Amino acid sequence: MIQPLTNRWQAENRMNHAIREALLVFRRWPALSVLSVTTIAFALFVASLYSLVVINLHRTLQSIEERVEIVVYLLRGTPVEVATVAVREIEAFPEVASALYVTAAEALRRAQAELVEFQGIFSEFETNPLPASLEVRLRPGFRGSDAVRTVAERLRAYNFAEDVQYGGEWVAKLDRLRNIGGIVGLLIGGAFAMASIIIIGTTIRMAVMQRAPEIAIMRLVGATDGFIRRPFLVEGCIKGALGGAAALGLCYAAFAAINAFLFQAQFFTTAQSALLVGVGTALGLLASATSVRKHLHRV
Amino acid sequence: MSKSFPSGTVALRDASFHVAKGEFVFLTGHSGAGKSTVLRLIYAEHLPTKGRVHVSGFSTDKLKRREISRLRRRLGIVFQDFRLLEDRSAEKNVAFALEVTGAKRSVIVPKVMRVLAQVGLTAKARNFPSELSGGELQRVAIARALVNDPFVLLADEPTGNLDERASRGVFRLIRDINANGTAVVMATHNLDLVREGGYRTIELEQGAIVFDSAVDEQVAS
Repeated sequence: MIQPLTNRWQAENRMNHAIREALLVFRRWPALSVLSVTTIAFALFVASLYSLVVINLHRTLQSIEERVEIVVYLLRGTPVEVATVAVREIEAFPEVASALYVTAAEALRRAQAELVEFQGIFSEFETNPLPASLEVRLRPGFRGSDAVRTVAERLRAYNFAEDVQYGGEWVAKLDRLRNIGGIVGLLIGGAFAMASIIIIGTTIRMAVMQRAPEIAIMRLVGATDGFIRRPFLVEGCIKGALGGAAALGLCYAAFAAINAFLFQAQFFTTAQSALLVGVGTALGLLASATSVRKHLHRV
Repeated sequence: MSKSFPSGTVALRDASFHVAKGEFVFLTGHSGAGKSTVLRLIYAEHLPTKGRVHVSGFSTDKLKRREISRLRRRLGIVFQDFRLLEDRSAEKNVAFALEVTGAKRSVIVPKVMRVLAQVGLTAKARNFPSELSGGELQRVAIARALVNDPFVLLADEPTGNLDERASRGVFRLIRDINANGTAVVMATHNLDLVREGGYRTIELEQGAIVFDSAVDEQVAS
C-alpha cells in the first residue's frame, strides 16, 4: 500500500508545484502577465464580437424564416367540415408545424383591423369578397424554397384549393441570403479564429521565450520535461481563462452600448459565455503545450 | 570520444580518460581547446559523435531523453556565469534543485540550510542574486550543485569571473567538497590553482588530450 500512496502524494506534489509556480509567474512578471492576458483578451474579443454579430444575424434570419407561410385559398362554398378534416391531414405532414383554418369572416375582420385606411371601402361591400383560407406554417429545417415548394404542390392537389401562395421569390432570396451568410460567416469566422490562435500562440510563446534561461537551469539541475512543462500548461490555462473572461466583459460592454444607442440585440447565453471562457482556456493550454514542446526540443 | 558539429567544427577528437570515484581532475587548455565540451558530454548537454561517455551506470550510446534528467540529478554542475535565477533568493535557488526531484518540503528545508551552511552562506540565505558578490553567487551555485548529494561535481571555470581572493575561497570550498568524497572535474584557466591543488591535470589542445598527469606518472613509475 505504501507505493500507491507515495505515487499519489508525488502526483499531488507535482500538481501543487505546477499551480504554485504558475501563480508565482503573475507576481514575478506582472507586466508581462497583464500584457499576455490583455493580448489574449483582445484577440478573443474580436472573434467573439464577430460571433455575437453572427448569432444576432442568425436570430434575425430565424425570425424572418418563422414568417415563411403557405396560404391555401379555398373555393367558395367549401364546407367547414372538409376544411377541418384537411387541417388535421395537413398537420400530419412531417414538414408542417401548424395549420389554421381562417374563415372568410375572420379574414375580413383581420383586413379591417390591419388596413384601417380602407375602412370605408370594406363597409361598402354587401358580401364578403375575401375567401376562407388555410394558413400553413412549417417546421424549422423545412423553410427552404425547395421544401416550401414541395408542400405547396401537395396542398395545391386538394380539390378545394383555389390558389396556393407562399411568396416563392422571397423564400428563394432568403435561401440565398442564408447560404451566402453561411459561407461568408464561415470564412470570416475562420480568419478571425485563425488570427486569434496565432496571436495567442505568439503571446504565450513570447512568455516561454522570456523564461528560456529558467528552463535551461531547470534542465541542468535534472528537471524532467513533464516537470518543466506542467507550470507552463497551468499558466497557459489561467491566462487563457482570464483572457476569455476579459473578452466576455468587453463583449458585454459593446453589447450594452449597442443596446443603449443603436438597436436591441441579444447577448450570449450562459452556455455560450462559458464556451468563450472555455475556448480561451483551451487555446492558452494548446499554445503553451506547443511552445514549451518546441522549446524543450531545442534545449 | 569525439565531438564535431554540423558546421564542421571539431570540438573534441579521440579524447579518452577515466575519472575514479572521489578523484579531483583539472581540465586545462586555451579557450576553445575543448574543456567545456568534455563537461557538456559528461552531463549529456551534447552527445559524442564518436565513442561514448560512461557516467555512473549511464552510457551515452544508450541514453534516452528521459534518462538525462536522472543522470543530471546525480551530478553537480557549476558554471563561470553562476546561472542562478535572479528572481529567487539564495535559499530558493538551492531548493529549486530539490524541488525538481519531487522532494518533500520537510526534506528540502533542512537540506538547503545544511548546504548553505557548508558553503558559508547561512546569513545570506534570503538575499537575492543581485544582492550578492561574485564569490557569494558562486557559493550559492555550488550549494545548489551539492544539495542533491552528487557523486561528481563538474565545474566549468568556476573562478573565471572572480577576483583572486574570491577565487581562492571558492577553490578551497571545492577542495573541501572533494575531501568529503565527491569527485571533481574542474575546467580552469587558472594555472595558479592547478599548481596549488596538485591534482591530476588533463590538458587539452584543439580538442585533443595532449597531457594527462596520471598517465605521465604511470609512465614514470
